Amino acid sequence: MPAVEDYVARIEGTCGDEKGVVVTFKYDKKDEAIARISKKAILKKSIAGIITEFVFQDISFRVFSSGKAIFKGVKNRETLNEILSTLLL
Amino acid sequence: MYENAREKIARFVNAKDSAEIIFARGTTEAINLVAYSWGLRNLKSGDEVLVSLIEHHSNIVPWEILSKINGFTIKYAKVNTDGTLNCEDFESKFSRKTKIACLSHVSNVSGVINGVKRIARVAHDHGALMLVDGAQSVPHMPVDVQDLGVDFLAFSGHKMLGPTGIGVLYGKKELLEQMAPFQGGGEMIKEVSFSQEKAQCNISWNALPWKFEAGTPNICGGIALMEAVKYLEHIGMAEVLKHEKALTEYAVKRMRECRKVTLYGSSDLSLKCGIIPFNVEGLSSHDVALFCDNYGIMIRSGFHCAQPLHQVFKLQSSARASFYIYNTREEIDQFVEVLKEIERA
Repeated sequence: MPAVEDYVARIEGTCGDEKGVVVTFKYDKKDEAIARISKKAILKKSIAGIITEFVFQDISFRVFSSGKAIFKGVKNRETLNEILSTLLL
Repeated sequence: MYENAREKIARFVNAKDSAEIIFARGTTEAINLVAYSWGLRNLKSGDEVLVSLIEHHSNIVPWEILSKINGFTIKYAKVNTDGTLNCEDFESKFSRKTKIACLSHVSNVSGVINGVKRIARVAHDHGALMLVDGAQSVPHMPVDVQDLGVDFLAFSGHKMLGPTGIGVLYGKKELLEQMAPFQGGGEMIKEVSFSQEKAQCNISWNALPWKFEAGTPNICGGIALMEAVKYLEHIGMAEVLKHEKALTEYAVKRMRECRKVTLYGSSDLSLKCGIIPFNVEGLSSHDVALFCDNYGIMIRSGFHCAQPLHQVFKLQSSARASFYIYNTREEIDQFVEVLKEIERA
């Protein structure tokens, strides 16, 4: 059965007042992960084809073509896991 | 070879004696060593420790933790709006209560080079010691502990082509001899004898520098750091500094072409090492870092473990470009092209 861990290599917090969480997708799964996210989240804008901004369940996040995503305003790790589960699985 | 490494590093920073070179895990552990081995026994209520707002958290937090235990006061020296140290404020805060002054040689956020030689002289005039965080200076410029007149200097291997997990504390021999060990275990003891009569162990400490190196040392790390030092010496530290200053000057000039890029820190490049803090209008520093990452350009984003300095700059966070011996003007051109692409997007 697929799991979030199949797609996610690492989750870490950013520092700075605009605190967020950086999700790094597994290198060989990054394209699939981004494709799955694109199908479920609402596209807000794309910057140079490198940064794509999405909204999902009132949470705004940016996905980078290098295979990383920055989520801002997520309450806690459990909420993030729920969002990732919905988006990726 | 491990002891050869110690001797090589002693000569690299011009220590009088290799016994003044203590291997640690890095700058952070080296500063903690001073805080706990010297500070725990020598700082008390009524005493003052002088720290600047430029500091990396590793030169703030150990003193804050210790002040809660020993009850001394920490005084913070101001920083000018351009990121340079307010030397007048720093010097005015010295008094007979000041026992130690702690200052970074080069800011890890702004790249500003601080006048530690001058501050060390003032510290000694007041009977205080001087600890210098050399994490951003020792890898980038000639550093002579005797010329600077500092009592302690901490630096890390991984910032100077060495591996992670190895760093150095330089300390004046007469001070290290008076200090208690930092951690207990093997290597740092001369003898541990059990007294049947008292039903306890009598312990005597090993000689310097081993008194401060409990447990099996990071032998590989020490030797690897020696090889890194040999490599840097082959180039010449004056050449390293010259190269980085030339790159910084070029990068600042090129980055100023970008309309949405704001540079922070002093515009006097003679005061700076190869570090340029900046932000791009409309994007967080993390967005900028990940955008650059897409082109194989690594910069850092966030507070850089120096939140108080970001408060001085009134910044939520910053992006930071930095250079070393392996960087080139062509790489700066590529970096500026990426910044321009961010602006266009």
